[in-house]
Amino acid sequence: MTPVPHATSTAPGTAIADTAALLDDLRAIGEDLPGFDLPADRDPAKVWSERKLDYRLVSPLNRRKFTVIVVGTGLAGAGCAAALGELGYRVEAFTFHDAPRRAHSVAAQGGINAARARKVDNDSLARFVKDTVKGGDFRGREADAWRLGEESIRVIDHMEAIGAPFAREYGGQLATRSFGGVQVSRTYYTRGQTGQQLQVAASQALLRQVAAGTVTLHTRSEMLDLIVSDGRAQGIVVRDLLTGRIRPVTAHAVVLATGGYGNVYFKSTLAKNSNVTAAFRAHRRGAHFANPCLIQFHPTALPVSSPWQSKTILMSESLRNDGRIWVPVEPGDPRPANDIPEAERDYYLERRYPAFGNLTPRDVASRAARDEIVAGRGVGPLKNSVYLDFADAIARVGKKVITERYGNLFEMYTDATGEDPYTEPMRIAPGAHFAMGGLWSDYDLMTSIPGLFVGGEAGWGYHGANRLGANSLLSACVDGWFTLPFSVPNHLATLLGSDRLALDDPAVTEAVRRTEDGVRALLEIGGSQGPDRFHRRLGELLYDKCGVSRSGPELAAGIEQVRAIREEFWSDLRVEGRPDGFNQEIERAGRVADYLDMAELMCLDALDRDESCGAHFRTEHQTPQGEAQRDDVHWRFASAWERMADGRYRRHQEPLNFVSVPLQTRDYR
Amino acid sequence: MKLTLKIWRQDATDSAGGFVEYPLEEVGPEFSLLEALDKLNDELVADGREPVAFDSDCREGVCGSCGITVDGRPHGPVANTPSCRQHLRSFDDGATVRLEPFRSAHYPVVKDLVVDRDGLDRIIGAGGYVSVDAGTAPDADSHPVTHEQAEYALDMAACIGCGACVAACPNGSANLFTGAKLLHLSTTSQARTERGTRAREMAAASEEFGPCSLYGECVEVCPAGIPLSAIAGLNRERLREVFRRRAN
Repeated sequence: MTPVPHATSTAPGTAIADTAALLDDLRAIGEDLPGFDLPADRDPAKVWSERKLDYRLVSPLNRRKFTVIVVGTGLAGAGCAAALGELGYRVEAFTFHDAPRRAHSVAAQGGINAARARKVDNDSLARFVKDTVKGGDFRGREADAWRLGEESIRVIDHMEAIGAPFAREYGGQLATRSFGGVQVSRTYYTRGQTGQQLQVAASQALLRQVAAGTVTLHTRSEMLDLIVSDGRAQGIVVRDLLTGRIRPVTAHAVVLATGGYGNVYFKSTLAKNSNVTAAFRAHRRGAHFANPCLIQFHPTALPVSSPWQSKTILMSESLRNDGRIWVPVEPGDPRPANDIPEAERDYYLERRYPAFGNLTPRDVASRAARDEIVAGRGVGPLKNSVYLDFADAIARVGKKVITERYGNLFEMYTDATGEDPYTEPMRIAPGAHFAMGGLWSDYDLMTSIPGLFVGGEAGWGYHGANRLGANSLLSACVDGWFTLPFSVPNHLATLLGSDRLALDDPAVTEAVRRTEDGVRALLEIGGSQGPDRFHRRLGELLYDKCGVSRSGPELAAGIEQVRAIREEFWSDLRVEGRPDGFNQEIERAGRVADYLDMAELMCLDALDRDESCGAHFRTEHQTPQGEAQRDDVHWRFASAWERMADGRYRRHQEPLNFVSVPLQTRDYR
Repeated sequence: MKLTLKIWRQDATDSAGGFVEYPLEEVGPEFSLLEALDKLNDELVADGREPVAFDSDCREGVCGSCGITVDGRPHGPVANTPSCRQHLRSFDDGATVRLEPFRSAHYPVVKDLVVDRDGLDRIIGAGGYVSVDAGTAPDADSHPVTHEQAEYALDMAACIGCGACVAACPNGSANLFTGAKLLHLSTTSQARTERGTRAREMAAASEEFGPCSLYGECVEVCPAGIPLSAIAGLNRERLREVFRRRAN
């Protein structure tokens, strides 16, 4: 695809000249990437089986000669480490948690999709792919969605076998439910703890390999740099969080399964320690970062209620199966929810999207909620939320059934808010959630650095510009258990007979020195503000400038403000405590330093992508009905950002072809 | 509201520790206990003092990272609720609240309120898994599991691994934790083939912790609501293995 200059034919009223000049100053245009260019005559449904046949193999006796580093022990990381261990490779697994079970996959609630299509609701593998590609607004890779669907069947069987007690029908078969963006029932679940059960099962499988001696597990260890030598990834530098010791570990390949970067918004649905550091440090070493502006705002997060609130809590989207979303018709209506008569309520999703109703995809539901709140119809003490009402469902199926379906979510809500959702509607609001962007990788999940692989939310590809609910657990499981164990050996096979990089190799000592200098630089600033203060300000700034909706001028201002905070950070940061021991301030400081650069890159990508697609809603580009207006002529590609030595960026693009799911305008009406 | 936090400070595992009192003002009843610590830490850093180290991550009650002793009780005043979901509304305005790390000889203090709970993973590593390699599982629909059985497995699988049961136990026993895992896995169909060896190995590994005297204090603090029958389950699974003397 020919690189297009920044489109200038946008809506009137935007400061085109300024933003175009700013963009040119920030970035150059690179070339196309050969990610996976599917010819129009090739059947995407067959790509995965053909690709697996092409992969080189490593014979069982040679496998123990190879060492693979896996960073992260969530569903993708634990799965990948356990599967490679089962196959006979030597695995060094790293997590910054004290136990692998605590990885943030544990917090996913609603379910995991699978294209098993056993019901007669007309589901199929092809329909799964269609929903996923369309749900992602045609900004993901179609062939990846086919692989995701195909392996989803095995994933359910495997996770069930290793201990995830999926919900069962009374006849004994696996139960399913529906999620946003689809009209069939393909989501497998264990109450509202699906992520927890899958994560516990995966971490147990990992510990089984630790006991068997194939996997060496390093807890409370954080990756701070990537070692690249001879043009390929050959190791990492880690900091032992207990002792502060920085040391290198080398291997034949490195897998990053370190999750998403949504915590850049500070108040997000993510766990407090989820961060972008490992991926971003790899990006600094040359790995391209794909679509950083694509971040999902979850429509059913709990609203912010206090300035010291540390995060937003997610309520599973599955609640929208039975909950009805509404706001009062009258802006600023002061009455309690139950005093507002039926005729004075606006069930705006059901009104605007009669076909999907409350099950519209997350980007659509988030934007609709934001529109109601901005128009003054928000509810709650801060007028920053909408109602999610179960009164009708309780009247229809009874409290017992609702308790069985969502009991723990209701408890969690009561616990967080002190309100009883059985008697008064829940209050929900959009919250920063899942990162669709991540390190760019080809179809084999290999990044632009040979030997560096990426899995799960740390990568990109499946979800395009908007992830459908219950596809995240799926993508993490598929990557970990059923993609990387095929594609990583394909890379290892070329290295037979080669040793791990020696620990006294100049590339290693240089990386260690650089990491130590990096930590020391943070400690030596000696300013007056701790890292969290910068993070909170950065988060507010991003919600404002690069949030549920964006505009060129806002993003341009956002970039300037991020730079101002960064400058202040590097001159006024204070890190308390000693470097040579357990010190959470050092951990936070390093992460915030990365968030600041990440935030700039997100704003740059959002400013650059001069269209609306999925969760990336540029207010300049909307239909008369207020829906996202995609620009397939100029923007039918994934942006992959290369960070150049001077800190400027070069945008490469991977053209996206859609063979089995023709380009169409998303319509959930 | 105002509180006085009396917090255990300890620099490292082998250093001596002690309580330090910190006044905390302008907090509200809607604050979680950990958000109160966030605010305190913000003030400490601004004053040039070292913030209080504590573990937390999801802050939604599911990851099991957090865990502190509040006024002598693991996690805090509200029963069956993890530290991150305890709120200041449980305390009187002006109260003094004592915060310590989880107290157990099996949990060495790492720093301040952070402890080492690796022992729990040693129990899992001794057999708390299912020996099925990726790709070899049968169709999950090929073996029916009753609705009640799946729900029961889930009741037992709900453990978040926070380790409060050990901290609450006067003996420092991990039997609730171990029993819940054994009952979860003995209920799922694929896992039954190694039921006997699992019971033997996990029960042996849990002896690193103290013996169980059925005080039941573990049950009152468990955020996942694991019932006392999980302890009976541990004994039952172990005896079953003793009498049958076979792997399953």
